[in-house]
Amino acid sequence: MKPIVEVKNLAVEYTRGDQKVRAVAGVDLSVGAGEILGLVGESGCGKSTLGKAIVGILQGAEGEVTFDGQPVTKIGRGQRDAHFRNLQMIFQDPYGSLNPRRKIGDQIADGPRIGGVSKGEAIEKAASLLERVGLPRNAVERYPHQFSGGQRQRIAIARALAISPKVIIADEPISALDTSSQAAVANLLVNLVEEFQMGLIFISHDLSIVRRISDRVAVMYLGKIVETGKTEEIWNFPAHPYTKALMSAIPHADGKALVLMSRCRSHSMMGEKSLVSCKMQVVRLKP
Amino acid sequence: MTLLSVRNLTVTLMTGSGPADAVRNLSFDIERGQILGIAGESGSGKTMTALSVMGLLPYKGKASGSINFDGQELVGFKPRDFRRIRGKDVAMIFQDPMTSLHPMLTIETQLTEHLRHHRKVSKSEARARALELLDTVKIPDPKTALKAHPSQFSGGMRQRIAIAMALACQPKLLIADEPTTALDVTVQAGILKLLDELRKSQNLSVIVITHDLGVLSALTDRIMIMYAGAEVESGLTSQVLTRPRHPYTRGLIDALPDSGADGKRLIAIDGMPPELGKFPSGCAFHPRCSFAQSECKTGVPNKVDIDGSRRIFCSVDPFDTSDSSAGVSR
Repeated sequence: MKPIVEVKNLAVEYTRGDQKVRAVAGVDLSVGAGEILGLVGESGCGKSTLGKAIVGILQGAEGEVTFDGQPVTKIGRGQRDAHFRNLQMIFQDPYGSLNPRRKIGDQIADGPRIGGVSKGEAIEKAASLLERVGLPRNAVERYPHQFSGGQRQRIAIARALAISPKVIIADEPISALDTSSQAAVANLLVNLVEEFQMGLIFISHDLSIVRRISDRVAVMYLGKIVETGKTEEIWNFPAHPYTKALMSAIPHADGKALVLMSRCRSHSMMGEKSLVSCKMQVVRLKP
Repeated sequence: MTLLSVRNLTVTLMTGSGPADAVRNLSFDIERGQILGIAGESGSGKTMTALSVMGLLPYKGKASGSINFDGQELVGFKPRDFRRIRGKDVAMIFQDPMTSLHPMLTIETQLTEHLRHHRKVSKSEARARALELLDTVKIPDPKTALKAHPSQFSGGMRQRIAIAMALACQPKLLIADEPTTALDVTVQAGILKLLDELRKSQNLSVIVITHDLGVLSALTDRIMIMYAGAEVESGLTSQVLTRPRHPYTRGLIDALPDSGADGKRLIAIDGMPPELGKFPSGCAFHPRCSFAQSECKTGVPNKVDIDGSRRIFCSVDPFDTSDSSAGVSR
């Protein structure tokens, strides 16, 4: 499969006080049309930063990101809109990513309007997209505060779909939701990927959902991809100790073991700590 | 020994369109040293149940029924009565460790304030206790931590500090409202282990409120599943999660990513949970239930009691595997 987004040696450095912090330290990734790539890791490992760097909304990202053959990083702001409308991002927080003072319909219609569609048509499109994600058409006339977290996340998905993107980067799109709405929103994303042959980078710390929906998985730790491969292969034969630890730290509904990791994480952003120093301790609360 | 006994608790809140019941006719018990899990979707009344035990219901919120805590009846308690027990005998940790600590006060101030109020100890005694507490919740370098502000800690560390605060006066009951929802899996494992240790070492009773069935499975002895303000099923954690009897419990478990059929699709429960004040008549779950009969639309759900330890509120009870209907009471 020919990749639609390709990331080569991407690095992002933040300055915190007088310290330099490498949030993303040389990442290679690719995702193809109709493919779901799961990007997993703990918070603070650089997943979100990587996502933002791929859509090109971060200053100071080094390395190369190509979308549909075009380099994302070297495009100036003036041309961004036209080139990268097909590359969309869904942000983590459905409370912070919608403008509280604008109607839902107007917010979804922004994308098509920039693309030159008339206002009436764009609103009409917004209404049908809302229907597609399981909300009533008249939601276009309402404001974000009138919706629950799960509904807002659907609105954010509808907004990302408004310009028929080829690739969506979804940053923890279901973490803030209840179990049953998690299932519904995950199903929606899977359906959309299959129907429109989109590429989806699904960023999550929830491994069980990633296992279920992803074709491939990339495991990120301290700004680097430590392991990548087909989902089932990684699940059956995790090679990296971090992947193993992360996988066993999920509490299952049948009371299986939890794994507690040592304190390496709290210092993770301060520099490039060696992965080997990460001690793992198995914790079983129940026999 | 029973520490908390709740009978027919109903919590009425004032909404824009008049009063509405957020919790309906709820009854449950907690023994000393027991961990009870309360599960359900957001809006199912889990948090309001907890807040009525704490005496922290929102403005114009009213609890009726009976809440018997350690021999005292909390329904009808005055604010000053609640102030006497809150933080001392009952303590609560909240969902979001980012906002439940005061950003401008040092950890020491926040850890010792209620200690000095309830226990009337001197400043230096309070500080010594605070150091001890930070050590209990495994905060590295407690001396430095006392002088720090919340922003200097990560989410997991802040949740540990919030737990330390709750434990300061050695409460008998700890209510943890979504204690790990905002945290990573590895940090979550640490917090769960800590709660389990505290229960063992201090004979602490804990109510854990969460929608995460994995957390409940790892930590709790008993669970109660709530829907639209009412109990739908309760029992021993191992029984409820492995052999769910109520269609809603079944739906929650089937929606988990590691259960259900093969392929990429998950099994979601159709429809949305009802809004406060718009709870359906009869069994509130009937519009989303694939087993619903006509009687479910109007009649109160039938209560099925099994061995006094398990209850299911369902008139259809489609997953009943027992042969006899012994123990069924109307």
